Amino acid sequence: MPRRDDIHSILIIGSGPIIIGQACEFDYSGTQACKALREEGYRVILVNSNPATIMTDPEIADRTYIEPITWQAIEKIIVKERPDAVLPTLGGQTGLNAAIDLHEHGVLKKYGVQLLGAQIDVIRRAEDRQLFKDAMLEIGLDLPKSRVVRSLDEAMAALEDIGLPCILRPSFTMGGTGGGIAFNREEFREIAQLGIDLSPVHETLVEESVLGWKEYEVEVMRDHADNCVIVCTIENFDPMGVHTGDSITVAPIQTLTDREYQRMRDAAFACIRKIGVETGGSNIQFATDPKTGRMIVIEMNPRVSRSSALASKATGFPIAKIAAKLAVGYTLDEIGNDITRKTPACFEPSIDYVVVKIPRFAFEKFPDADSTLGSQMKSVGEAMAIGRTFKEALQKALRSTEEGRQGLGLDKKDLLARGGTIPRDELIGKLARPNSERIRWIRYAMKCGMSRDEIQRHTSIDPWFLVQLEQLVETEDELRAYSGIADVPTPLLRRAKREGFADAQFAYLFREDPMDVRAERIRRGVLPTYKLVDTCAAEFEAATPYYYSTWEDECEARVSDKKKIMILGSGPNRIGQGVEFDYCCCHAAFALRDAGFETIMVNSNPETVSTDYDTSDLLFFEPLTLEDVLNIHDRLKPWGTIVQFGGQTPLKLAQGLENAGVRIIGTSPHSIDLAEDREEFAKILDQVGLRQSPNGMASSLDDALNVTRRIGYPVLVRPSYVLGGRGMRICYDDQSIEQYVKSGVEIGEDRPVLLDRFLEDAIEVDVDAVSDGDRVVVAAVMEHIEEAGVHSGDSQCSIPPSTLSREMQAEIRRATVDLALALKVLGLMNVQYAIQKGVLYVLEVNPRASRTVPYVSKAIGHPIAKIAARVMAGATLDELGFIAAHVPVHNSVKGPVFPFNKFRGVDTVLGPEMQSTGEVMGIDADLGVAFAKSLMAAGVKMPYGGGTVFLSVRDSDKPTAVHIGRELVRLGYRIVSTHGTRNALLESGVDCDAVNKVQAGRPNVLDLLTDKKIDLIINTPSGRGPRTDEGRIRAAAVQHGIPCITTLSGAAAAIHAIERIRARGFDVKALQDYFVAPVG
Amino acid sequence: MRRVRPPAMLALEDGSVFHGESVGADGESGGEVVFNTSLSGYQEILTDPSYKGQIVTMTATQIGNYGISRQDDEAEKPWVEGFIVREMSPIASNFRSDEALDHFLARTGVVAIEGIDTRAVTRKLREKGALRGVVSTTATDAATLVDRARTLPPMEGRDLVLEVTRRREQRWTQSTSKVEFLPELGHTGRIYDLVVVDYGAKWNILRNLTSVGFKVTVVPATTTADTILAKKPHAVFLSNGPGDPAAMTYAHKLAAGLLGKLPVLGICLGHQILGHAFGGKTFKLAFGHHGGNHPVMDLRTRKVEITAQNHGFAVDPELFERGEVEWTHKNLNDGSVEGMAHRKLPVMSVQYHPEAAPGPHDSLYLFREFRAVLDRAYG
Repeated sequence: MPRRDDIHSILIIGSGPIIIGQACEFDYSGTQACKALREEGYRVILVNSNPATIMTDPEIADRTYIEPITWQAIEKIIVKERPDAVLPTLGGQTGLNAAIDLHEHGVLKKYGVQLLGAQIDVIRRAEDRQLFKDAMLEIGLDLPKSRVVRSLDEAMAALEDIGLPCILRPSFTMGGTGGGIAFNREEFREIAQLGIDLSPVHETLVEESVLGWKEYEVEVMRDHADNCVIVCTIENFDPMGVHTGDSITVAPIQTLTDREYQRMRDAAFACIRKIGVETGGSNIQFATDPKTGRMIVIEMNPRVSRSSALASKATGFPIAKIAAKLAVGYTLDEIGNDITRKTPACFEPSIDYVVVKIPRFAFEKFPDADSTLGSQMKSVGEAMAIGRTFKEALQKALRSTEEGRQGLGLDKKDLLARGGTIPRDELIGKLARPNSERIRWIRYAMKCGMSRDEIQRHTSIDPWFLVQLEQLVETEDELRAYSGIADVPTPLLRRAKREGFADAQFAYLFREDPMDVRAERIRRGVLPTYKLVDTCAAEFEAATPYYYSTWEDECEARVSDKKKIMILGSGPNRIGQGVEFDYCCCHAAFALRDAGFETIMVNSNPETVSTDYDTSDLLFFEPLTLEDVLNIHDRLKPWGTIVQFGGQTPLKLAQGLENAGVRIIGTSPHSIDLAEDREEFAKILDQVGLRQSPNGMASSLDDALNVTRRIGYPVLVRPSYVLGGRGMRICYDDQSIEQYVKSGVEIGEDRPVLLDRFLEDAIEVDVDAVSDGDRVVVAAVMEHIEEAGVHSGDSQCSIPPSTLSREMQAEIRRATVDLALALKVLGLMNVQYAIQKGVLYVLEVNPRASRTVPYVSKAIGHPIAKIAARVMAGATLDELGFIAAHVPVHNSVKGPVFPFNKFRGVDTVLGPEMQSTGEVMGIDADLGVAFAKSLMAAGVKMPYGGGTVFLSVRDSDKPTAVHIGRELVRLGYRIVSTHGTRNALLESGVDCDAVNKVQAGRPNVLDLLTDKKIDLIINTPSGRGPRTDEGRIRAAAVQHGIPCITTLSGAAAAIHAIERIRARGFDVKALQDYFVAPVG
Repeated sequence: MRRVRPPAMLALEDGSVFHGESVGADGESGGEVVFNTSLSGYQEILTDPSYKGQIVTMTATQIGNYGISRQDDEAEKPWVEGFIVREMSPIASNFRSDEALDHFLARTGVVAIEGIDTRAVTRKLREKGALRGVVSTTATDAATLVDRARTLPPMEGRDLVLEVTRRREQRWTQSTSKVEFLPELGHTGRIYDLVVVDYGAKWNILRNLTSVGFKVTVVPATTTADTILAKKPHAVFLSNGPGDPAAMTYAHKLAAGLLGKLPVLGICLGHQILGHAFGGKTFKLAFGHHGGNHPVMDLRTRKVEITAQNHGFAVDPELFERGEVEWTHKNLNDGSVEGMAHRKLPVMSVQYHPEAAPGPHDSLYLFREFRAVLDRAYG
């Protein structure tokens, strides 16, 4: 069947902000879909609220709406654009939920818009637990025993039938939000209630436990003609009980016989046909009982998913692109395989390597969160690695997570690298409780003599995987017999490299310099080879240069004589380093390719657009370590290497690369260091006449206390070289400084901590600029809505600034230009300023791409990362025609999105440590409306129509709170407060009802929250933590989905937003209409 | 501790030599080196009689993980001449496993080698076509081993069926329902008598034929048409098997003798033999099709099946120009002939393996389709 001619325009729904369970994989899939459909001549309309995406670049779709993904906003888009069809299956759960909302509100019918990919009944059958169960039973597939419940009473009744332990899964929540495993009645009751509350349809599934069973996923594609193929199979290293997003996973399946696998394949096809997914990709999860082979279906996603991104990168088969083409009528046999260019896409990839994915967690950001892994996803990112064997891929993946590990062991975090032993009880505890470090504990257990059988009993991990780890430990033990790398016989060295051991692991073991190990290894001729990911296990020649390293006989890298630029990516997503940096890396690749360079991308994150094989000329799916990058450099000899676009990941490598003779283009590593070096930086500020808040550096506690005596409290303290405010605190006295240093922060001569006098009640400002060394263009000045002290990544901000005077803006621009020239910046620079009582202070300068680059690019209509990349490769801003960025007349508000709902009970107060996982953007001519849009996009359900506000603030905020209260009353809201705030309000004549504090009798404020009698919380913290009353209130707000604002500046902005929305409602406008000339 | 494996060598006729470690029997063995891209099912591959005369390289890198289960055999013993893998599992991890793979290979006399850059071997075969090669645990001199590879007989013109066929007639009774995890085809109505000519028939073909309602009698490859007709079966099946179909004139004669007299189904070598019986030709493919992911289109329905394949020769499509025979199935990767049916006679065949084992079950319908042919002929 050829493409459909009855439809001409298609609306694609994106997935919105990055959240746990829904990351940049949907930027990858959405971008592919947009490109594929435009290639076919359709007019593509896109809605996505996340500016940090390639898909929202204005040249990707015909019409790009950076608007909230709500049915109301989408209806407005539909009215304007009148698309023939909506494609919701490439925007994750968000896309599907939006499709259901549009259907339920009659929007699709009203405007005659068809759904492509999956119809409403299909989405329902796959997502509704009971409908799914019924469908599976009808086709004879086995499932765990289960019952759907809609109340706690029903849940308790179901428990009698199903027994403990059991799994609870709320319907229609993302990444398993609100689900869990209950081992006792108490836990059961708690999780069941939570699930019922969080589920938008207020139901949850109670299910027989299949803990410890083997877990599998298959990625299926189906076309209109009912052709079905399996693109990739995945086996979880962690057995059932750990969410697949939090599991170490392996492709292809390793421990099933062909008969067992083919049975699973048959079941997967039966499932996709029964559910009725007409076209596109689906992900189906199975579990098998390792003792009997009994196979059950766990769930299916009738859409492109996180696993499909992984499957695409693992096999080279572009699932999203093909899914888009299938959606418009093509059949699989009509679509070509881009990699072989000779064979059709209707086949099942065969792979001749092993792929390992390892999740990356952020528990350090949420110390109060429970770090046990369960059925609710908690990881924030993932790294993938490719090796010829599981052992090699595993060690590469472990070092790709960039958590200071070099592989399975033999690094500074290895508890047993220098010998020693760990008590049995501790080992058993760590093995039995699934946690993010469990694989380390398996190794420790092996090193402490625990048998494979016993480890298997505690973990239920398949013995085949355990044997692989055993072999790594054996190799390690063999290496220990030698005293230095020079003594290790070449065959053993080669074997260890083939098992994925890094030069740095040898170096740690032998207490040598990794560069010396590297030199010795090269002298012995033990060199990496590069092999192709080609979808077909070498059966056909591959046209696309998508490589991974391994240690084999034959190297397939084709090296041209074109001038090459290597771009180092940003590795796995983490809080503070997310899709924004991938965006910058992609832009560098696009711009430099257009400028005639051959671009080389190096990255380890399978969710990204940068690891799409057509983003760059050559793709190396590799860990971002000095060794791995130098190895690529040795082979390809690029003319230049870019380290300033991938966040901290490549920056950490910059010095090492330069020392090894790599030509870093753009701002020199020396200049980058200068900005980090307190003393040198102070000199530069002096030189350009700028002020800094008093500060110092300390390499010990005494040092730190001395510095604070000089600069005075409050003090902002943090480690050097971090992103996302890791380990940042505001301290008000000596005691809190002591606590901070003793809390395990790395401190020492080479790891100093930085101390700054904290500027209270200051306005914070971010600036992004591009410099070619002679000319500096300030791209945008962003004014934060929250005061200084809230991490810039967590604060809301606006372009243009909302309150800064013209004079102050001019001063900021001048200061930025001076700084860029003084620091000899070549490329991007970000400066953070604070303005206190009209005085401008420089907080920090980062001569590199910042988190705000995509937001700024979209707000001002200039692709500043592309411009910067060209500048780094030698062009001048004059040549590029970028000599000034006009301040836009419309308002662009950036808002953060937090993962609090994944970490039950954690406090939600904002501070200097970044906690948000993603961001949204609201654009409008009116600032208040832009702000309201950003709230809508972030899923904050503000009570625009009126309601009850719980207002409770710390003493110092009371004067401002009175003003806020007065505004609320004026807008018709009822205010409830506890004693202190209430008195302050009443004294100033603001009407306010009383409510009991948590400890002071029922009903108290928590009861009101539970009963949904409060619609908005404004609570500024006087204390922090899940055990404080206010902490419990804030956590309860998250649980019940009630918006909770923790700063008064945020509250004031929210009230402004409410007022504007009430006055004018909101309209939508395509990005293309904000700028006369096309952006890009 | 890790077992220390003795060294082993692989030499190819083009002069290339690969060093690895022995993970099977001691000794030396030669054959045509081919690669198989299946991700699972090494046991079914090892025991498939069609691999007689061939050394198999697995492109999947982790082999032996789930061991060997007696139930999964496709013949009573492995038939490959040698086995080449990247990495052999030291244990068998599966509840059905009876034996570790390396132990099985050693016990059944298969010379096998691990630690090989199997992708390099595969690329060589892709570029140069299937090459003769020798795997050895005893040789010390690479050049001698290369010479030995060069003296091996080429696959073209080689009849290997006589080495794998059953020596005497046999009744087959096992159906798929008796075997774990195999889909059950089932049937209603009468049981038909079927003679299977054994060119190296895989057991799963026999199981599936039994499942759809055939009483299966397996006869040696050299049985004549008259002998078969004298048994008065309802139909005849020509099986898969090794070697060059062009060399088997006795088989062409047998097939020609059945045409117009009985319904005939052919799979793989049986399909190629029918090609000759129809007056067509077969030719050698560069490196053949060996794997479980080949897309084949049923030209009558335009539906695509993902198929299991194992063949080095193919039927020349020139045959269809004469019009008697319809081209029913086509390989979408290289356009080669994957199936045909006589326009008037109840005779049909496919090049690929509908019985899977290992591989996808997409084409099991062919067994039902053949049964339907009989229902029409005798109904």
